[in-house]
Amino acid sequence: MEATKKGAKQPRVIPGFGVSLGVTVAMLSLVVLIPFAALAVNALKLSPGEFWSVITQDRVLSSFAVSLETSAVAACVNMVMGLILAWVLVRYDFPGKKVMNGMIELPFALPTAVAGISLTSLTSENGAIGKFFAMFGIRIAYTKAGIVFALIFVGIPFVVRAVMPVLEKFDSSFEEAASVMGATRVGIFFKVILPELLPSLLTGTGLAFGRGLGEYGSVVFIAGNKPYETEIAPLIIMSKLQQFDYTAACSIGLVMLLASFLLLFLMNLVQVRNTKILRGGEA
Amino acid sequence: MENETELRKPKGAGGYVLIAVSAIFFFVFLILPLVTVFQNAFSDGMLPYFKAVMDVYTRKATLLTLEVTAIALCVNTVFGLFAVWAVTKFQFQGKRILTTLIDLPVSVSPVIAGLMYILLYGRTSPLYPWLKSHSIHIVFAVPAIVIATIFVTFPYVFREIVPVLETEGTDEEEAAAIMGANWWTIFSRVTFPHMKWAFFYGIVLCTARAMGEFGAVSILSGHLRGLTNTLPLHVEILFNEFNSQAAFAVSSILVIIAIGILIVRSLLEARAKG
Repeated sequence: MEATKKGAKQPRVIPGFGVSLGVTVAMLSLVVLIPFAALAVNALKLSPGEFWSVITQDRVLSSFAVSLETSAVAACVNMVMGLILAWVLVRYDFPGKKVMNGMIELPFALPTAVAGISLTSLTSENGAIGKFFAMFGIRIAYTKAGIVFALIFVGIPFVVRAVMPVLEKFDSSFEEAASVMGATRVGIFFKVILPELLPSLLTGTGLAFGRGLGEYGSVVFIAGNKPYETEIAPLIIMSKLQQFDYTAACSIGLVMLLASFLLLFLMNLVQVRNTKILRGGEA
Repeated sequence: MENETELRKPKGAGGYVLIAVSAIFFFVFLILPLVTVFQNAFSDGMLPYFKAVMDVYTRKATLLTLEVTAIALCVNTVFGLFAVWAVTKFQFQGKRILTTLIDLPVSVSPVIAGLMYILLYGRTSPLYPWLKSHSIHIVFAVPAIVIATIFVTFPYVFREIVPVLETEGTDEEEAAAIMGANWWTIFSRVTFPHMKWAFFYGIVLCTARAMGEFGAVSILSGHLRGLTNTLPLHVEILFNEFNSQAAFAVSSILVIIAIGILIVRSLLEARAKG
């Protein structure tokens, strides 16, 4: 696919450029840009001192820490498990595979509130999983482990869905070549397959991580929301809004927004590489 | 997808271990939560289950959820089609920025989305006096729920179609245009057949997300029972009132819809490949 040179003006033969771009930009402005502008305007009205004093409160700082920590742990688990699930689903044939393939996106389809109350009941001391871990003195619901549990549930399809298409398109002749030349299966995986999968794996993990940082519905029920321990950043925004403390909500929201922009930027870098691989171009 | 990876029975112990690990993960994280919903929903028997499901507030919440989902779906489908046409069929400056902006709602926490709309339409907003004098209620009323739902599902239809059409290129449309076909003919005869499955898939995903949106809607709804309560909010209220049997009974409605969505999705995928 030869890319059109940047700036090279071609006459547009296909109709509808003006209309489609116009409608797109108009709707984008109404739904996304104007609300963002509202947030930006309110953020600019904050004095730096006010902003700083809100976000350096102990309770707020520890909520950032809880959010980061639990999302990071869940993202790591999802990276490994997502890779394994994608691998198994693409490479192997086994009974129940169709069901697994179809159900892996349940977390996308199931409302987060439902997931939240269900996981809470499952991991509380009366639930199947909670009972099992209680034997070892481990509590899941109402601790950080519970938050991680919910975030694993929410994030897993992001990784699986990112990795599967790349794995499906993977040219097995490379593997065969490596195998003929005497590479071990483990060696082939780490030297031949993993480097190809890495961009999509990182993108999927990044998406899962980002989702985890902002996740609210599935976490509020299971977290127990104890200040300094299991209170996540989105929940603090929520409670500030309920107290009509818009300054504080806006400050914390701004920090979270900047975090997700940073993540988005990093993922875009990876994505550029990924698209090349998917199109079969040079990596 | 033509590039056939040969499916094998797992060779050696490694493959079986991976399958076993996947199966355990799958069971714990995806099957058990569903079982839990139904177990709790029927914990007091059939009668309380149906009582909770047929309750007047449950019915009102269901209606509101369907209404909101339908509106969000229409808006985002229209948007998705226009945006896809602009982005995949033309080269223009700022395209990267445009697609990044369209994708923004997915990477923003729903709580932030709620916050933005509170700031835009709530009582600190410069728009508020005007809205009030015209007695237009947005925040803590149904319009805010609709807008928030549109926001969180905004790019869903768009982003499913774009990769498909990008690999198709624009040659066929150009040929059709040169031969004098109008936009409708080009779209319906040339473009749409390529993007059909991705389009339906986007709609399915959009429906799922719209129906279940919780964070943003929770900030903006005001939680008025029977008026601004969607199904997920209704579940929350029941659960927080320690009426967990009813909460799970109402949840079971959403679970059934979710499973239906997954089945439709699988069928679409099979059709797209086959």
